Amino acid sequence: MEKVVKGLFYSKDHEWVKVEGNEAYVGIADYAQHHLGDIVYVELPEVDDEFEREEAFAAVESVKAASDVYLPVGGKVVAINEELVDDPALLNADPYENWMVKIELTDKDEVEELMTSEDYEKFLAEEV
Amino acid sequence: MSAKKTPLYDEHVKLGGNVVDYAGWYLPVEYEGLVPEHEAVRNAAGLFDVSHMGEITVKGKDAVKFVNYLMTNDISTLVDNQIIYTLMCHPTGGVVDDLLVYRYDEEFLYLVVNASNTDKDHKWITEHKGDFDVEIENISDSVGEVAIQGPLAQKVLQKLTDYDLSQIKFFHLKRDVDVAGVKCMVSRTGYTGEDGFEVYGDNDGIVKVWNAILEAGKEEGIKPTGLGCRDTLRFEASLPLYGHEFDDEITPLEAGFKYFVKLDKESDFIGKEALNKQWSEGLKRKLVGFELVDRGIAREGYEIYKDGEKIGHVTTGYKSPTLGRIIGNALIDTRFTDLDTEIDVKIRNKFAKAKVISKKFLKRK
Repeated sequence: MEKVVKGLFYSKDHEWVKVEGNEAYVGIADYAQHHLGDIVYVELPEVDDEFEREEAFAAVESVKAASDVYLPVGGKVVAINEELVDDPALLNADPYENWMVKIELTDKDEVEELMTSEDYEKFLAEEV
Repeated sequence: MSAKKTPLYDEHVKLGGNVVDYAGWYLPVEYEGLVPEHEAVRNAAGLFDVSHMGEITVKGKDAVKFVNYLMTNDISTLVDNQIIYTLMCHPTGGVVDDLLVYRYDEEFLYLVVNASNTDKDHKWITEHKGDFDVEIENISDSVGEVAIQGPLAQKVLQKLTDYDLSQIKFFHLKRDVDVAGVKCMVSRTGYTGEDGFEVYGDNDGIVKVWNAILEAGKEEGIKPTGLGCRDTLRFEASLPLYGHEFDDEITPLEAGFKYFVKLDKESDFIGKEALNKQWSEGLKRKLVGFELVDRGIAREGYEIYKDGEKIGHVTTGYKSPTLGRIIGNALIDTRFTDLDTEIDVKIRNKFAKAKVISKKFLKRK
């Protein structure tokens, strides 16, 4: 069973968002890392890059496939987790601890449209 | 059209295989994970369900003559119980399929073809029968097949049969071998770059063989292995995959498989004229190996550029599990195929530097 962490918000594409004031950390959910398999490459954006909601902001690649990662809420990148570039397997080890980017939210209301951890658990149960 | 199940479908589900629709068949991409399965085959042994492969028999007085007319390789050189790798081409030189021809005897050839091409091949072969005295039959649905691959393959399989497997040399076969109580045809062939065997039986028998091999190989660390590592293993070993390194539009000469195209074969074969012409005029594009210098992974289909000009595309690309390097095959303009030539791979709208290297990625031990 894929792990879901309480207090985070989730997208249907299996990204998570952790909101802190006007900023948020974004990463991929356990389901995503599990289905990708051993992650061997992570491509991150640059600080100050701006993205709209649901725009691809990063890519993660396992041996078998490449997958774009979409930003569930619009924002401007204020920090990237460079550790992932050197050690992509961290995303397999703990996808919730290892965030990908920290953003400044463009519109905080967009968070309301994401799933809560309870909604996401239901979504996983129904989808899988 | 829904995908078909191989006789081993229930076993894949029981083993927790991640089953997908591949070439019209439900098959597992992986069980435990691509990388551990890949390593099992390189270091110990792995067991693949390859029941999806197509089997077409050609029987009759003209079997050898007819098949030789369809194939680029010289089938007339085969002796009984020997196997040959060959291409089957269009008159244009493009590839209909790549396959193995097993010679049972001079009036009985057994063709093992790609699953995705089985119907196409059967139609193609039948259409060209002409006046040849042969009977052609697609027996794919009644044949199950497993491949046991890896340095310990023989050790494991030997536990299940009284027949001395060391008698079967590379690219040779033995019929009517009793494996775990099932009558099988066994060949020393595979698609991984490792030693190993492919075992053919009927649909019920192959389930028994599959389970017996997994049980017998426990001590050696055998793993059930999926399509995921089948592709990385064959790629590292420079073995081509139809639809990638060649297809209906790409000739075997462009893909670098001239060794399997006997242009000087005495008898005529389909595609001979076009291939001869292409060879004498010189190739315009050629398959090369490349290694990425910049970060990123170059995947199949990505475009290749040189000084802003598009010169080809990636046919297969991976982070090699064995070598840990980002490598690939690309079909590119022959002006840029010298070793160490710098090329650019377009990865998600950015250009990553790469250089041309030998396609023989895996140095043999």
